Amino acid sequence: MNTSPAKKLEISDEVAIEISNMNKWYGDFHVLRDINLTVYKGERIVICGPSGSGKSTMIRCINRLEEHQAGKIIVDGVELTEDVKKIEGIRKEVGMVFQHFNLFPHLTVLQNCTLAPIWVKHMPKAEAEDIAMHYLEKVKIPEQANKYPGQLSGGQQQRVAIARSLCMAPKIMLFDEPTSALDPEMIKEVLDVMVDLAETGMTMLVVTHEMGFARKVANRVIFMDAGQIVEQNEPEEFFTNPKSDRTKLFLSQILH
Amino acid sequence: MTRKSHETSFFRTEMLPPKPPPPATTGVLGWMRKHLFSDWLNTILTFIGIYIIWLIVSSFVQFALIDAVWSGADRKACLPHDGIEVGACWAFVHAKFNQFMYGFYPRALQWRVNLTYIVGILLLVPMLIPKLPYKRLNGILLLVVFPIFAYLMLYGAPSLGLDKVETTKWGGLLLTLVIAITGIVTSLPLGVLLALGRQSKMPIVRLVSVIFIEFWRGVPLITVLFMSSVMLPLFLPEGVTLDKVVRPLVGVALFSAAYMAEVVRGGLQAIPKGQYEGAMALGLSYWQMMRFIILPQALKLVIPGIVNTFIGLFKDTSLVSIIGLMDLLGIVQSSLADAKWATPTTAPTAYLFLAMIYWTFCFSMSRYSIFMENLLHTGHKR
Ligand SMILES: Nc1ncnc2c1ncn2[C@@H]1O[C@H](COP(=O)(O)OP(=O)(O)OP(=O)(O)O)[C@@H](O)[C@H]1O
Ligand SMILES: [Mg+2]
Repeated sequence: MNTSPAKKLEISDEVAIEISNMNKWYGDFHVLRDINLTVYKGERIVICGPSGSGKSTMIRCINRLEEHQAGKIIVDGVELTEDVKKIEGIRKEVGMVFQHFNLFPHLTVLQNCTLAPIWVKHMPKAEAEDIAMHYLEKVKIPEQANKYPGQLSGGQQQRVAIARSLCMAPKIMLFDEPTSALDPEMIKEVLDVMVDLAETGMTMLVVTHEMGFARKVANRVIFMDAGQIVEQNEPEEFFTNPKSDRTKLFLSQILH
Repeated sequence: MTRKSHETSFFRTEMLPPKPPPPATTGVLGWMRKHLFSDWLNTILTFIGIYIIWLIVSSFVQFALIDAVWSGADRKACLPHDGIEVGACWAFVHAKFNQFMYGFYPRALQWRVNLTYIVGILLLVPMLIPKLPYKRLNGILLLVVFPIFAYLMLYGAPSLGLDKVETTKWGGLLLTLVIAITGIVTSLPLGVLLALGRQSKMPIVRLVSVIFIEFWRGVPLITVLFMSSVMLPLFLPEGVTLDKVVRPLVGVALFSAAYMAEVVRGGLQAIPKGQYEGAMALGLSYWQMMRFIILPQALKLVIPGIVNTFIGLFKDTSLVSIIGLMDLLGIVQSSLADAKWATPTTAPTAYLFLAMIYWTFCFSMSRYSIFMENLLHTGHKR
């Protein structure tokens, strides 16, 4: 598995995301502590760690679904501040896929995919629909375009959610446990789509416990615990030769 | 359970083809047997129920149709004669019908009211039928152009050759519809804005919304109406007068908006956080998110509550009769004082007529809301 195609992908030395000394509190609770992370364009980073360690919170800070209180986050050259216009600008460039899909149940699959391109990017409807069909084909469900999300299986819904994000032609994709609400047989269909996406050179940050995916696709694995980045390394080193005791304990638990 | 051991192991060599589902009911008789006469108790209850329905319906039919007086020039037609009781005095309603519909709107100009009704219906009906196209144009015509048209037609514009008809002359169903429809049309958008305001992150907006909502919800409508007709003029600057009909109209609209706001807020609270996050993550602005994602779902959830508020508003318009406006209830009640029509059944007939009109409007709204709910159902929730 060492020589999977994704591994050979180019990683540029241009910075996509720069997080420096970032801290966040929920009330008195210090969720994220001194996070420093630089993501280069084309990187595929898998983030893992025990429940409550702050993985979701960290990637949600990147498109400001959560606000950080100290430190800096620079995405695609733009620093995240209170400025609503800047935030909306960054969200255009950063796609996000959620654990529970968050599709819009009152819109068809196609409408889910075309809404943002039409209203945020002011794209003509016909063009938006062409692009949507293109990505629905990429995620292998073009035939579901006119159904409502409630009529699809979990795996299909998650693939629609991925297509919906891709329709905005984002530069960066964030995934927050995209397969953990799915039945085992559906996990693979979603992971396959994500592997394909990685092969297109997309910059990806993926919170997941799918270690097979990490080995196959990631160029870097980050382990978080108690709101901190505890260890990061190439997947091979990370899995076979973890340095920190916490990492060892965590890996021993999830790899049996 | 006496299974032989060789039955516990089993494998299928052929897959079963799909079969059509069994018929859900076996005809009318089957349905009746199952639902009305399934056992002793059920059968007795069925007969008691039928008997009660029969009692009510038969005496109603007796009063409203069989014993009814359909024509006549004055009270003589409806008085008991030869010792025989008389039923509903429809002759009275017939004689007063024009007043009930238009109040004291000049007869020669009533075509303007009728034209307004016709245009209104022609614009409303296609709006209510979801399949028809041009909804946006239709909506603009209905919500922007039609009110101006209705104002010019009903109130008049001497510059256009339409004689002025003061609102004091408006009455009957016309006035009820004007108040109810204006109230309905303004209370929904206002209520939505108030509900959004109440959830806003901006403290001032939130405070203003909360104060507004709680003020109107804490005051009985009848107080609002008295205040608007008696006290409001005192607060207005010298020289400014507010029309006698507009005053309670504003009161009714703001009052309903406060209720509407709470109904809509209930809907907003039922929308999962993930919907907001999904919309925000795509770069939608706050208003885009509300317009395309949150409000369509939230309003759909609370259609019953919205229509309930509409129905309440429609019926509450009858309270304006207490402050002296001649709405449908007001005009019917004042016509009861007419000595020319003083008979024992005049009042019951008049109220029956009134009830039927209110019921027709409210029931239509209720049915339409059920239709919309079913239409907007897009598969099961997750
Ligand atoms: N809105 C909130 N208010 C207060 N505390 C919160 C909030 N959201 C998360 N937390 C807390 O912050 C911590 C980090 O949460 P986060 O969701 O980032 O963890 P996670 O690593 O994604 O966990 P999981 O694997 O369970 O998803 C948790 O202890 C959680 O209880
Ligand atoms: Mg999480």
